Amino acid sequence: MRFLTLRHDLVCREAVELVTDYLEGRLSRRDARRFEAHLAKCDGCDEYLRQIRATIEILGKVQPDDLAPETRQGLIDLYRDFRGE
Amino acid sequence: MGDDDLVRRLRAGDGSAFTELVNAYHPSMVRLAQTFVPSRAIAEEVAQETWLAVLKGIDGFEGRSSLKTWIFHILANRARSTGVREQRTVPVDVGDEGSVDRRRFDEGGAWSAPPAHWSDDIVEKLSSGAFLARVQDALSQLPDSQRAVVTLRDLDGLSSKEVCDVLEISEANQRVLLHRGRSRIRATFEDEVAKR
Repeated sequence: MRFLTLRHDLVCREAVELVTDYLEGRLSRRDARRFEAHLAKCDGCDEYLRQIRATIEILGKVQPDDLAPETRQGLIDLYRDFRGE
Repeated sequence: MGDDDLVRRLRAGDGSAFTELVNAYHPSMVRLAQTFVPSRAIAEEVAQETWLAVLKGIDGFEGRSSLKTWIFHILANRARSTGVREQRTVPVDVGDEGSVDRRRFDEGGAWSAPPAHWSDDIVEKLSSGAFLARVQDALSQLPDSQRAVVTLRDLDGLSSKEVCDVLEISEANQRVLLHRGRSRIRATFEDEVAKR
Protein backbone atom coordinates (compact mmCIF):
# COMPACT_ATOMS: atom_id res chain seq x y z
CA MET A 1 0.00 0.00 0.00
CA ARG A 2 1.31 3.39 -0.89
CA PHE A 3 0.84 6.31 1.44
CA LEU A 4 1.31 9.89 0.50
CA THR A 5 2.90 12.05 3.08
CA LEU A 6 1.97 15.25 1.34
CA ARG A 7 -0.17 17.62 3.33
CA HIS A 8 -1.06 20.01 0.55
CA ASP A 9 -3.64 19.30 -2.13
CA LEU A 10 -2.51 17.05 -4.93
CA VAL A 11 -1.09 18.86 -7.89
CA CYS A 12 -1.37 17.51 -11.42
CA ARG A 13 2.29 16.55 -11.63
CA GLU A 14 1.78 14.28 -8.63
CA ALA A 15 -1.62 13.01 -9.69
CA VAL A 16 -0.34 11.57 -12.97
CA GLU A 17 2.17 9.49 -11.02
CA LEU A 18 -0.65 7.91 -8.99
CA VAL A 19 -2.68 6.68 -11.92
CA THR A 20 -1.33 3.14 -11.95
CA ASP A 21 -1.53 2.72 -8.20
CA TYR A 22 -5.08 3.97 -8.41
CA LEU A 23 -6.06 1.58 -11.22
CA GLU A 24 -4.35 -1.29 -9.41
CA GLY A 25 -6.28 -0.54 -6.25
CA ARG A 26 -3.07 0.13 -4.36
CA LEU A 27 -3.82 3.57 -3.00
CA SER A 28 -5.06 3.83 0.58
CA ARG A 29 -8.71 4.71 0.78
CA ARG A 30 -7.81 8.22 1.85
CA ASP A 31 -5.37 8.74 -1.00
CA ALA A 32 -7.82 7.30 -3.50
CA ARG A 33 -10.37 9.84 -2.31
CA ARG A 34 -7.87 12.67 -2.67
CA PHE A 35 -7.02 11.45 -6.15
CA GLU A 36 -10.68 11.30 -7.14
CA ALA A 37 -11.34 14.71 -5.59
CA HIS A 38 -8.52 16.14 -7.67
CA LEU A 39 -9.85 14.58 -10.86
CA ALA A 40 -13.34 15.89 -10.16
CA LYS A 41 -12.06 19.44 -10.44
CA CYS A 42 -9.24 18.94 -12.93
CA ASP A 43 -10.15 18.30 -16.57
CA GLY A 44 -6.52 17.72 -17.53
CA CYS A 45 -6.00 14.89 -15.05
CA ASP A 46 -9.43 13.44 -15.74
CA GLU A 47 -8.54 13.32 -19.42
CA TYR A 48 -5.16 11.85 -18.57
CA LEU A 49 -6.76 8.95 -16.70
CA ARG A 50 -9.15 8.41 -19.64
CA GLN A 51 -6.18 8.25 -21.97
CA ILE A 52 -4.35 5.74 -19.82
CA ARG A 53 -7.47 3.58 -19.80
CA ALA A 54 -7.77 3.88 -23.59
CA THR A 55 -4.07 3.05 -23.92
CA ILE A 56 -4.55 -0.15 -21.91
CA GLU A 57 -7.55 -1.07 -24.03
CA ILE A 58 -5.65 -0.55 -27.27
CA LEU A 59 -2.65 -2.52 -26.00
CA GLY A 60 -5.03 -5.39 -25.29
CA LYS A 61 -5.83 -5.57 -28.99
CA VAL A 62 -2.27 -6.25 -30.07
CA GLN A 63 -2.11 -9.90 -31.00
CA PRO A 64 1.09 -11.91 -31.22
CA ASP A 65 2.09 -13.16 -34.64
CA ASP A 66 0.19 -16.22 -35.78
CA LEU A 67 1.78 -19.59 -35.33
CA ALA A 68 3.44 -20.39 -38.65
CA PRO A 69 2.55 -23.84 -40.04
CA GLU A 70 6.23 -24.84 -40.12
CA THR A 71 6.65 -23.76 -36.50
CA ARG A 72 3.66 -25.84 -35.49
CA GLN A 73 4.99 -28.82 -37.42
CA GLY A 74 8.41 -28.36 -35.79
CA LEU A 75 6.82 -28.50 -32.37
CA ILE A 76 4.78 -31.57 -33.26
CA ASP A 77 8.03 -33.21 -34.39
CA LEU A 78 9.66 -32.19 -31.13
CA TYR A 79 6.80 -33.80 -29.26
CA ARG A 80 7.07 -37.02 -31.26
CA ASP A 81 10.83 -37.19 -30.74
CA PHE A 82 10.33 -36.69 -27.04
CA ARG A 83 7.74 -39.45 -26.88
CA GLY A 84 9.89 -41.68 -29.05
CA GLU A 85 7.10 -42.02 -31.60
CA MET B 1 -8.88 -25.20 -20.87
CA GLY B 2 -8.76 -26.54 -17.34
CA ASP B 3 -5.24 -26.99 -15.99
CA ASP B 4 -5.98 -30.28 -14.23
CA ASP B 5 -7.35 -31.85 -17.36
CA LEU B 6 -4.45 -30.62 -19.52
CA VAL B 7 -1.83 -31.76 -17.05
CA ARG B 8 -3.42 -35.18 -16.76
CA ARG B 9 -3.56 -35.57 -20.52
CA LEU B 10 0.00 -34.34 -21.01
CA ARG B 11 1.27 -36.82 -18.45
CA ALA B 12 -0.66 -39.57 -20.17
CA GLY B 13 1.08 -38.74 -23.45
CA ASP B 14 -1.96 -37.21 -25.14
CA GLY B 15 -0.51 -35.23 -28.03
CA SER B 16 -3.66 -33.17 -28.51
CA ALA B 17 -3.10 -31.60 -25.08
CA PHE B 18 0.35 -30.50 -26.21
CA THR B 19 -1.06 -29.07 -29.44
CA GLU B 20 -3.71 -27.14 -27.51
CA LEU B 21 -1.05 -25.59 -25.31
CA VAL B 22 1.16 -24.72 -28.26
CA ASN B 23 -1.73 -23.06 -30.07
CA ALA B 24 -2.71 -21.11 -26.99
CA TYR B 25 0.68 -19.97 -25.74
CA HIS B 26 3.46 -20.30 -28.28
CA PRO B 27 2.86 -16.96 -30.05
CA SER B 28 2.80 -15.08 -26.74
CA MET B 29 5.87 -16.97 -25.56
CA VAL B 30 7.86 -15.93 -28.59
CA ARG B 31 6.73 -12.35 -28.07
CA LEU B 32 7.86 -12.41 -24.45
CA ALA B 33 11.17 -14.10 -25.30
CA GLN B 34 11.91 -11.33 -27.78
CA THR B 35 12.02 -8.98 -24.82
CA PHE B 36 15.16 -10.72 -23.65
CA VAL B 37 16.95 -11.87 -26.78
CA PRO B 38 18.04 -9.94 -29.86
CA SER B 39 16.25 -11.78 -32.62
CA ARG B 40 13.04 -13.49 -33.52
CA ALA B 41 14.96 -16.63 -34.47
CA ILE B 42 16.56 -16.89 -31.04
CA ALA B 43 13.20 -16.21 -29.40
CA GLU B 44 11.72 -19.12 -31.36
CA GLU B 45 14.58 -21.34 -30.21
CA VAL B 46 14.05 -20.36 -26.60
CA ALA B 47 10.33 -21.08 -26.90
CA GLN B 48 11.07 -24.46 -28.45
CA GLU B 49 13.50 -25.34 -25.65
CA THR B 50 10.83 -24.29 -23.19
CA TRP B 51 8.37 -26.78 -24.67
CA LEU B 52 10.91 -29.53 -24.27
CA ALA B 53 11.45 -28.48 -20.66
CA VAL B 54 7.68 -28.49 -20.15
CA LEU B 55 7.41 -32.04 -21.48
CA LYS B 56 10.31 -33.18 -19.33
CA GLY B 57 9.07 -31.39 -16.24
CA ILE B 58 5.32 -31.90 -16.37
CA ASP B 59 5.45 -34.84 -13.97
CA GLY B 60 6.98 -32.50 -11.40
CA PHE B 61 4.44 -29.71 -11.90
CA GLU B 62 2.83 -29.18 -8.52
CA GLY B 63 0.10 -26.76 -9.46
CA ARG B 64 1.27 -24.03 -7.11
CA SER B 65 0.83 -21.60 -9.96
CA SER B 66 -1.29 -21.93 -13.06
CA LEU B 67 0.11 -24.04 -15.87
CA LYS B 68 0.44 -20.90 -17.98
CA THR B 69 2.45 -19.08 -15.31
CA TRP B 70 4.67 -22.11 -14.87
CA ILE B 71 5.37 -22.34 -18.60
CA PHE B 72 6.00 -18.59 -18.96
CA HIS B 73 8.31 -18.68 -15.95
CA ILE B 74 10.41 -21.39 -17.57
CA LEU B 75 10.47 -19.34 -20.74
CA ALA B 76 11.47 -16.09 -19.02
CA ASN B 77 14.30 -17.83 -17.16
CA ARG B 78 15.60 -19.42 -20.32
CA ALA B 79 15.32 -16.27 -22.35
CA ARG B 80 17.11 -14.31 -19.65
CA SER B 81 19.90 -16.83 -19.24
CA THR B 82 20.35 -17.03 -22.96
CA GLY B 83 21.85 -13.69 -22.04
CA VAL B 84 22.87 -12.78 -25.54
CA ARG B 85 22.32 -9.18 -24.76
CA GLU B 86 24.01 -7.29 -21.97
CA GLN B 87 23.42 -8.45 -18.45
CA ARG B 88 19.97 -7.28 -17.65
CA THR B 89 18.80 -6.31 -14.22
CA VAL B 90 15.40 -4.95 -13.51
CA PRO B 91 15.84 -1.48 -12.05
CA VAL B 92 14.46 -1.13 -8.57
CA ASP B 93 14.82 2.59 -8.05
CA VAL B 94 12.07 4.82 -9.25
CA GLY B 95 14.39 7.64 -10.18
CA ASP B 96 12.79 10.93 -11.09
CA GLU B 97 11.72 10.06 -14.57
CA GLY B 98 8.22 11.49 -14.88
CA SER B 99 5.25 9.95 -16.62
CA VAL B 100 4.66 13.18 -18.44
CA ASP B 101 7.15 15.67 -19.82
CA ARG B 102 7.92 18.04 -16.94
CA ARG B 103 7.65 21.03 -19.23
CA ARG B 104 3.94 20.48 -19.46
CA PHE B 105 3.47 21.57 -15.86
CA ASP B 106 3.87 25.03 -14.40
CA GLU B 107 6.03 25.79 -11.39
CA GLY B 108 3.25 24.86 -9.01
CA GLY B 109 2.82 21.45 -10.68
CA ALA B 110 -0.46 22.20 -12.45
CA TRP B 111 -0.88 21.48 -16.15
CA SER B 112 0.33 24.27 -18.39
CA ALA B 113 -0.16 22.07 -21.47
CA PRO B 114 -2.89 19.60 -20.50
CA PRO B 115 -3.63 16.58 -22.69
CA ALA B 116 -5.99 17.39 -25.54
CA HIS B 117 -9.33 15.63 -25.42
CA TRP B 118 -9.49 12.23 -27.10
CA SER B 119 -12.77 11.46 -28.80
CA ASP B 120 -14.97 8.77 -27.32
CA ASP B 121 -14.35 6.47 -30.26
CA ILE B 122 -10.57 6.77 -30.03
CA VAL B 123 -10.13 3.10 -29.14
CA GLU B 124 -11.96 1.98 -32.28
CA LYS B 125 -10.13 4.56 -34.34
CA LEU B 126 -6.72 3.41 -33.14
CA SER B 127 -7.52 -0.28 -33.34
CA SER B 128 -6.85 -0.60 -37.04
CA GLY B 129 -4.26 -3.07 -38.21
CA ALA B 130 -1.95 -0.32 -39.40
CA PHE B 131 -1.95 1.47 -36.09
CA LEU B 132 -1.56 -1.71 -34.03
CA ALA B 133 1.56 -2.47 -36.03
CA ARG B 134 2.90 0.89 -34.90
CA VAL B 135 2.05 0.02 -31.33
CA GLN B 136 4.57 -2.77 -31.68
CA ASP B 137 7.17 -0.18 -32.60
CA ALA B 138 6.25 1.92 -29.58
CA LEU B 139 6.60 -1.15 -27.38
CA SER B 140 9.98 -1.95 -28.82
CA GLN B 141 11.18 1.50 -27.74
CA LEU B 142 10.53 0.70 -24.09
CA PRO B 143 13.33 -0.47 -21.82
CA ASP B 144 13.24 -4.27 -21.72
CA SER B 145 11.94 -4.65 -18.19
CA GLN B 146 9.06 -2.26 -18.88
CA ARG B 147 8.27 -3.99 -22.14
CA ALA B 148 8.17 -7.40 -20.47
CA VAL B 149 5.74 -6.19 -17.81
CA VAL B 150 3.48 -4.25 -20.19
CA THR B 151 3.44 -7.16 -22.63
CA LEU B 152 2.43 -9.68 -20.01
CA ARG B 153 -0.09 -7.46 -18.25
CA ASP B 154 -1.76 -5.53 -21.05
CA LEU B 155 -1.20 -7.65 -24.16
CA ASP B 156 -1.40 -11.13 -22.65
CA GLY B 157 -3.74 -10.23 -19.81
CA LEU B 158 -1.83 -11.81 -16.94
CA SER B 159 -2.59 -10.61 -13.41
CA SER B 160 0.00 -8.64 -11.45
CA LYS B 161 0.65 -11.70 -9.28
CA GLU B 162 1.26 -13.84 -12.35
CA VAL B 163 3.63 -11.26 -13.84
CA CYS B 164 5.60 -11.17 -10.59
CA ASP B 165 5.86 -14.96 -10.61
CA VAL B 166 6.89 -15.16 -14.24
CA LEU B 167 9.52 -12.44 -14.05
CA GLU B 168 10.54 -12.97 -10.42
CA ILE B 169 10.05 -9.35 -9.46
CA SER B 170 8.32 -7.76 -6.49
CA GLU B 171 4.82 -6.43 -6.73
CA ALA B 172 6.02 -2.88 -6.10
CA ASN B 173 8.59 -3.18 -8.84
CA GLN B 174 6.02 -4.62 -11.18
CA ARG B 175 3.81 -1.60 -10.61
CA VAL B 176 6.62 0.88 -11.21
CA LEU B 177 7.56 -0.80 -14.49
CA LEU B 178 3.94 -1.02 -15.57
CA HIS B 179 3.39 2.63 -14.72
CA ARG B 180 6.40 3.83 -16.66
CA GLY B 181 5.69 1.59 -19.61
CA ARG B 182 2.04 2.58 -19.93
CA SER B 183 2.92 6.26 -19.48
CA ARG B 184 5.39 6.14 -22.31
CA ILE B 185 3.01 4.32 -24.61
CA ARG B 186 0.28 6.87 -23.86
CA ALA B 187 2.68 9.66 -24.79
CA THR B 188 3.37 7.92 -28.09
CA PHE B 189 -0.36 7.58 -28.77
CA GLU B 190 -0.85 11.22 -27.85
CA ASP B 191 1.61 12.27 -30.53
CA GLU B 192 -0.17 10.01 -32.97
CA VAL B 193 -3.63 11.36 -32.15
CA ALA B 194 -2.36 14.93 -32.50
CA LYS B 195 -1.23 14.17 -36.06
CA ARG B 196 -4.67 13.00 -37.13
